[in-house]
Amino acid sequence: MAIFLNSDSKVLVQGMTGSEGRKHTQRMLASGTNVVGGVNPSKAGQSVDFTGADGSPVQVPVFGTVAEAREATGADVSVIFVPAKFTKAAAVEAIEAETPLVVVITEGVPVHDSAEFYALAAAGGKTRLIGPNCPGLISPGKSNVGIIPADITPPGRIGLVSKSGTLTYQMMYELRDIGFSSAVGIGGDPVIGTTHIDALQAFQDDPETDVIVMIGEIGGDAEERAAKFIEANVTKPVVGYVAGFTAPEGKTMGHAGAIVSGSAGTAQAKQEALEAAGVKVGKTPSETAKLAREIFQNLGK
Amino acid sequence: MDLFEYQARDLFAAHGVPVLDGKVATTPEEAQAAAESMGGGTVVVKAQVKTGGRGKAGGVKLAHSPAEAAERAREILGMDIKGHTVHQVMIAQGAKIAEEFYFSVLLDRSNRTYLAMASVEGGVEIEQLAVERPEALARVPVDARTGIDAAKAAEIVEKAGFAPELREAVADVVQKLWGVFTAEDATLVEVNPLVRTEDGQVIALDGKVTLDENADFRHPAHAELVDAAAADPLEAKAKEMNLNYVKLDGEVGIIGNGAGLVMSTLDVVAYAGEGFGGVKPANFLDIGGGASAQVMANGLDVILGDAQVKSVFVNVFGGITACDEVAKGIVSALGILGDEATKPLVVRLDGNNVEEGRRILAEADHPLVTVVDTMDGAAAKAAELASTGKA
Repeated sequence: MAIFLNSDSKVLVQGMTGSEGRKHTQRMLASGTNVVGGVNPSKAGQSVDFTGADGSPVQVPVFGTVAEAREATGADVSVIFVPAKFTKAAAVEAIEAETPLVVVITEGVPVHDSAEFYALAAAGGKTRLIGPNCPGLISPGKSNVGIIPADITPPGRIGLVSKSGTLTYQMMYELRDIGFSSAVGIGGDPVIGTTHIDALQAFQDDPETDVIVMIGEIGGDAEERAAKFIEANVTKPVVGYVAGFTAPEGKTMGHAGAIVSGSAGTAQAKQEALEAAGVKVGKTPSETAKLAREIFQNLGK
Repeated sequence: MDLFEYQARDLFAAHGVPVLDGKVATTPEEAQAAAESMGGGTVVVKAQVKTGGRGKAGGVKLAHSPAEAAERAREILGMDIKGHTVHQVMIAQGAKIAEEFYFSVLLDRSNRTYLAMASVEGGVEIEQLAVERPEALARVPVDARTGIDAAKAAEIVEKAGFAPELREAVADVVQKLWGVFTAEDATLVEVNPLVRTEDGQVIALDGKVTLDENADFRHPAHAELVDAAAADPLEAKAKEMNLNYVKLDGEVGIIGNGAGLVMSTLDVVAYAGEGFGGVKPANFLDIGGGASAQVMANGLDVILGDAQVKSVFVNVFGGITACDEVAKGIVSALGILGDEATKPLVVRLDGNNVEEGRRILAEADHPLVTVVDTMDGAAAKAAELASTGKA
């Protein structure tokens, strides 16, 4: 099982022929991900040489469009590594091709662009979008889409959802003795596709996940909303961590933002909301890991 | 990036939103000249600060002649409004106001779309209105794909309860403000108040605009809107080097990779500091993903330039970032600084190429560098060193 990503996931890379895309395609292949194609209209028909997980050479074909690539390979995941100014077009193409999972790694995407392709994905109802500005997701031992290092943790029964990339790695590292079913980096941009709530629901439904760790950070009210969701819908134990207690207050000028979020967006407010929902919240990453470990061990599995 | 009122006014004007004449001035003489250029009648002298409540603080004053405008500007320039020093005033043409309204359109993070808000009760503290009389503030979601077209604008003004004879004029302004929002890649366009003048015009009297810096690549003109005077010199230096740096008040310099990890590092250092006389983090510095040795050295250079820093904590979990590059950056920065480097460094590395990174640091064996294995342990060590340095 795991969530969103499995050993039978077939992955396309948009931007595979660029330097970042090429580097990470190699890393994904080395960790056992089934990368079936790249997309670049000016290099369609060519292929790119990589080394597979077993050290043997792998040729990955390049297609002109996502639709053609999906048709030819049966790919059900597309990961986007193109520069920010081309990201909207790439995401729109993947969404219009009804790709079931689209993961946008690119950072620095204008929020108007993200809002537009998110709206398209939401209206179409065929695509789960993750990101933008996220490290991607990994189901250890099965598949790895994005830039999360595959060697931090083995598979196990903890599910992780996080706004932050490096905190994802830190938490995977702290709990590598137990291992993870899936770790999902949702990104910290103002508009993201998959939220804490989506991942919490998926982990709740995943028979391979026993304990959920959720990492948030200041800004917005996603954690407060997640807290309400947990209270009503999640029966598995959830451990939380929120970064940014000592971060400087943002220079918000207009009043309108605070009205909409209905929350100060501070780490304190988020911690209180989570604790009120029965979530144990660690003060530091290591304390959070300790709480998760204790809960896991008490489950006796 | 938040804009000053006069910058918002200029953007509004460029997109056809009706505004009054307004000119920015940095001296009383400029204020006088601006008032004269507007015909010598009544003007409003308005402090240009990126915070609310300036009217209550005495930062907005009427002047009935150019000489009086100079006087009022003299009073307002240099004022402190909620920690913001007034360096500029806007001389705005006076208007005879009949009614005040409110309009904004902004990014609604929670619903991942845009939201328009409008009220016929403008000119007040809108947050207060939203809490006390939420029914007086219309909220209309805006689909990112279709935006505010004529039908959506009509819906907004009707929901807000504008008088029928005003609806067409207000809806027209609303559509033009939506034009500002999309064409300029804004995340907030707020007009408070939007007014009806006694002669029946609908005018945006005061505006707040926040621009999305991620979209700067398609707006070369936005570079001119940056308030260079406000930037801390170290922040300016960091920005030139493409580093994400925010100066804080404490003594422990922080460098890390990834915003979340760096924020977490600030917290862990602050907790550790409680045991060492309350030392605190001195800054936020994110070297980003895949940083080279040069980027690491640049980061160290910025932090060591902060006289308040007593110790430095380098906290890296290598995902794309390679720990050996980080280690090389530290060694090369210390090599360049030579005897000028006097502040102790605590380094914690994990992840990508960690063994090689630790080996490089061990081999360099620099007397100022301490390598600690865990984030908590390293934070405690850095706090301890900062408190010793403090004494």
